[in-house]
Amino acid sequence: MKKFLLACAISVMGCWGGMAVADEAMPTENDPVAQKRAVELALKLRCLVCQNQSIAESDAELAVDLRQQVREQIAAGRSDKEIITFMTDRYGDFVLYEPPMKPATLLLWIGPLLLLAAGVVAMVFLLRGRSQAATESAPLTEAEQARATALLEGRES
Amino acid sequence: MKKKLLLLIPLVVFFVLAGFFVVGLGLNPKEIPSPLIGKPVPAFSLPDLNAPEKAVTPQDFLGQVWLLNAWASWCVSCKTEHPSLARLAKTSDVSIIGMLYRDKPENGSEWLRRHGDPFTVSIADADGSVGIDFGVIGTPETFLIDKQGIIRYKQTGPINEEVLNKKIIPMIKELKQL
Repeated sequence: MKKFLLACAISVMGCWGGMAVADEAMPTENDPVAQKRAVELALKLRCLVCQNQSIAESDAELAVDLRQQVREQIAAGRSDKEIITFMTDRYGDFVLYEPPMKPATLLLWIGPLLLLAAGVVAMVFLLRGRSQAATESAPLTEAEQARATALLEGRES
Repeated sequence: MKKKLLLLIPLVVFFVLAGFFVVGLGLNPKEIPSPLIGKPVPAFSLPDLNAPEKAVTPQDFLGQVWLLNAWASWCVSCKTEHPSLARLAKTSDVSIIGMLYRDKPENGSEWLRRHGDPFTVSIADADGSVGIDFGVIGTPETFLIDKQGIIRYKQTGPINEEVLNKKIIPMIKELKQL
């Protein structure tokens, strides 16, 4: 995972470096801290055109614009939270890879836990039923008992 | 009896899942609800496409119901929706503002000359910065704005006759009466 993120960051930086040639403003160019923040934020924001990529990974024009926005706003001294709000005000929660916890997304967050709980309950019932069935199984008849004893004692094979 | 009912559980689960999938297939993943519905139209000041020295702002349309259509000459579905927009322009007295999004003004003007100009006013958002304020993801997108400058509806993707007749025209009528 770390390697993957690093690869992403490097490719993003490489990409940005390339764009600097294309005469794009580079407010975070000489500031490694701001650059790191820009990359981290860009990885959290979804590219709305391609939807399965973050704006850090996407080459869509909108993603390029939004990366630019992120860098400009970092340069302007905005906090991460302010930048995220800027994005959700315009594109909604969908722009975030990690949806915020609120009534509409509650099921999304606790759904897996509910499923797990249901599974545990089902398993408990199932196992109980089984052990009950095992203890309640009919006792042996006299003939069967005699044969079992014989078998155990090695008198019969 | 009880055991037989338990055996039905996988079947029920299957049908519930299948139901979700069927509904999901019909949904358009590009249709993302806009957080701007019910909010004031973002402030902008953009040059008029036909008279670049003139700036157009949302204040110019206060007191009327208007549409803002984000389009581009490179956008194929904008051509698809063009006849419907043209019909709306002809049959209704609503102002349609065409915002040329991420495109060269000369390309936009040329496109309008060739296909016909349905817009009351055309503005040029060459770098797409106003598009970001509107949360534009891809052209065409259309916003319906009321007399107080509140965004009431957003159409993602091309307007067609159905959208026009079922949504946009009724909403325009309703908003005009307010």
